Amino acid sequence: MNSTVKQSEITTKYHLPGDLAIWVFIFAELLVFGIFFLSYAFSRAGNVELFNKYQQTLDTASGAINTLLLITSSYFVVRAVTAIKAGDAQRCVNWLAAAILGGGGFLVIKVMEFADKFSHGISLGTNTFYMFYLSMTFFHFMHVILGMIILAAVLIKARSGGYSAAEHTGVETGASYWHMVDLVWIVLFPLVYVIR
Amino acid sequence: MNNQTHVNRRLTWIWLALMAFTILTYAISKSEYSGTWIVVLLLVTVFIKGHWIIADFMELRHAGLLWRVLAHGWIILVSGGILAAYMMGLK
Repeated sequence: MNSTVKQSEITTKYHLPGDLAIWVFIFAELLVFGIFFLSYAFSRAGNVELFNKYQQTLDTASGAINTLLLITSSYFVVRAVTAIKAGDAQRCVNWLAAAILGGGGFLVIKVMEFADKFSHGISLGTNTFYMFYLSMTFFHFMHVILGMIILAAVLIKARSGGYSAAEHTGVETGASYWHMVDLVWIVLFPLVYVIR
Repeated sequence: MNNQTHVNRRLTWIWLALMAFTILTYAISKSEYSGTWIVVLLLVTVFIKGHWIIADFMELRHAGLLWRVLAHGWIILVSGGILAAYMMGLK
């Protein structure tokens, strides 16, 4: 009896949400983004004037709105997780749909930003600042798309009753990936759009 | 108040705080303020936001020490590196 209680306490105390494999993937992604961020920061240290000058051409409002969208979308995903933990699959589906919509809003704003830059003839080869800005934000953009695909797959399974209060590892797995996409952006936004 | 309501209420407060910090970051970007202390302030907000996302949204608060050290270590290393690079660029 006593050992059963202790075992359940241990299980409650240490719980890694989702599959172990997604966490290996998440930390590999964080490593890559971390290298990107530090490369940007140290390149900037050698070209401060250039980086400050061209940073001013970025639309900070778009970056801020996109941060709000991703944070809100992440909040919706965490509510989807708490809903399925309570056994409410329909509410889980609704929160996931709202989260995907938030991701969609992010993509629309980012496409508008990219379109504006491309219409001004800006490309990876324009200068070091734009090389970093375009490659880092596009790399992140692709992760938003992948995250939305994962959330959509989780939503479809949740809608068909594939998850329950007892078994919802898939929801946690998708959620963890989506939070990683958010976590990376909350560093990227101040780094590229704000710090000068 | 049952446990789920309590958890959801905490998550909602965290979401609102994350939004407020983002608006603060935007306000700083539109202000005349710049320099090392502003960068430190921005990176402190990055760390606090990152902590909430890691601990409460990702739910690593309940994961083993290794995962928490890795995640918080990432945000500390990246923020620290950004600050070091910023100071190198001041000259």
